[in-house]
Amino acid sequence: MIRLLNVRKGFNLAKPNEFIAVSEVTLTIEANRITVFKGPSGSGKTTLLSLIGCMARPTSGRIELMDNLPFINGILPNDGKTDRLEVTSLPERFLTEIRRRMFGFIFQQFNLIKGITVLENIMLPSYPLGRKHSLVKERAHTLMDTFGIGTRASAKVEWLSGGEAQRVAIARALMNDPPVIIADEPTAHLDSKLSIEFMEIISGLKEQGKTVIIASHDPLVFEAGMIDRIINVRDGMLYGNGT
Amino acid sequence: MRRKAKNISLLLVYSLVVFVLGSAMFFTQAMKREASLILKEAPEMVVQRIMCGRYEPISLDYLNKIRKIRGVISADFRLWGYYYDPAAGSNYTLMVPRNKPPLRGNIIIGNGIARNRMLFREDILSFRGYNGLNHNFIVEDIMSYESELLSADLILISEEDFRDFFGLPSEVATDIVATVRNQKELITIANKISELLPDTRPIIRDEMIRTYDAVFDWRGGILIVLVSMALLSFVIFAWEKASGLSAEERREIGILKAIGWETSDVIAIKTYEGAIVSFFSFCTGLLLAYGHVFFSSAFLFAQALKGWSVLYPDFRITPYIDPYQVAVLFLLTVVPYTVATVVPSWRSAIIDPDSVMRS
Repeated sequence: MIRLLNVRKGFNLAKPNEFIAVSEVTLTIEANRITVFKGPSGSGKTTLLSLIGCMARPTSGRIELMDNLPFINGILPNDGKTDRLEVTSLPERFLTEIRRRMFGFIFQQFNLIKGITVLENIMLPSYPLGRKHSLVKERAHTLMDTFGIGTRASAKVEWLSGGEAQRVAIARALMNDPPVIIADEPTAHLDSKLSIEFMEIISGLKEQGKTVIIASHDPLVFEAGMIDRIINVRDGMLYGNGT
Repeated sequence: MRRKAKNISLLLVYSLVVFVLGSAMFFTQAMKREASLILKEAPEMVVQRIMCGRYEPISLDYLNKIRKIRGVISADFRLWGYYYDPAAGSNYTLMVPRNKPPLRGNIIIGNGIARNRMLFREDILSFRGYNGLNHNFIVEDIMSYESELLSADLILISEEDFRDFFGLPSEVATDIVATVRNQKELITIANKISELLPDTRPIIRDEMIRTYDAVFDWRGGILIVLVSMALLSFVIFAWEKASGLSAEERREIGILKAIGWETSDVIAIKTYEGAIVSFFSFCTGLLLAYGHVFFSSAFLFAQALKGWSVLYPDFRITPYIDPYQVAVLFLLTVVPYTVATVVPSWRSAIIDPDSVMRS
């Protein structure tokens, strides 16, 4: 479970172009569910995902992780002595550590690294963990086989179709076997067929016990049957069942 | 290898700079070493006569006076001089060897002269003497290739021919060479000679070696100044190429940070990237410089750096590498490049990972 308490995020504070992207959000995201932030462009969905995924710190408020803490055991202060971890006050290196172990990210543009192969792209998140190369490679191959891209292992990512690139992005997000998957507008560059395929993959992840948080304004996403909860976002605030 | 065009152009320029700089260093060092090895065979002390602050032929009476100084084992006179050959536009050094001088009317010539004048054994070489008369000499032999550094322009001649040719009276010589019993007393003996024969100047071997060093240092220095400019341009180029991270590279750094890489991981990978380019270029440049200097006799720089004669010696330099100089070259090239790579990477690597979400 992830809890946000009065979270606010502003950019260019005290400047003429000050902008509040997220305003006083209090929210609890349940584990092992698929939660969708639904709202138009510029509503603050992506900022919310960044805050939840420890990529950015809120201007004010608190974010607490309440499950899956064993994933980050051994790396944080007060290990095992608490059932909740307040992440907003942690130094950058701890946030990085949490990010690499707790969250897998699927970006709108897929954000694959050009010039290297599918296999290398998928293995990227595991390098900082210093795991044995053979094990990392084996895990990457398993993921590629799961998503039907096993034959593309040695292909450069710029040669991939949109659907293949999406599956590489999903495999990369799952590389470190994180408990939470965060996807930002994952179907923005996919046609309807590929979008439906993507949602089926997400459904499979939920069955594996993953918590999935998606930001989207695509009806194929928030109208999909496997979605557990839809949270409406507009002007940086939550509406409807989002509280 | 990613970003082929960028990395290949970087590699080429980098290797070229190391090549030029390395060639200059190898060449200067090898020449200094060569000259000092040759000078080790040089006489311990040369005594010249000075008049009006300039060199003058020395009287043979001085020989006995020097021989009588305590500590001097032997003293002998030398005959040598220069001749300008208008036919070849070259300056030759004529010298009477102490051992096995050629027969009267014969000469032994250096390879440079033989090449320049297309001479073979038994050919006749005609020079114009001091009195305007032509002297014909038969080429008895041509000196071996290995000795060409200092002998390219050398002509060995008999004493009689030498004196006839230059009009040098029999009671004078060019200079006197002396050997002493105890090397530590060289300076003392040199001082004694100066006191006994105030119009002479004794020159000890160490002074000659220092002069050669200075000459080659100076020649090397000219090149180093030029190369420093190249190096400066390289630093600017490296900064521009390595540092000016493209939008694509910034995006990649953002992605890596978003998927859990720390700033230090990003810097480490950028440093490896820079170090590989750097090391590979350094080795390539150094190998090319080695080949250029020691296998092709530094054909690019030889005209500027070698010899003092118009006849440029054509010889192969003995390979010699000074590890200290290689280390200096390494520091001059690899360090600036690594800094040029790491600093901007660090500046990019400290960006917030969420920038990739907002892009």
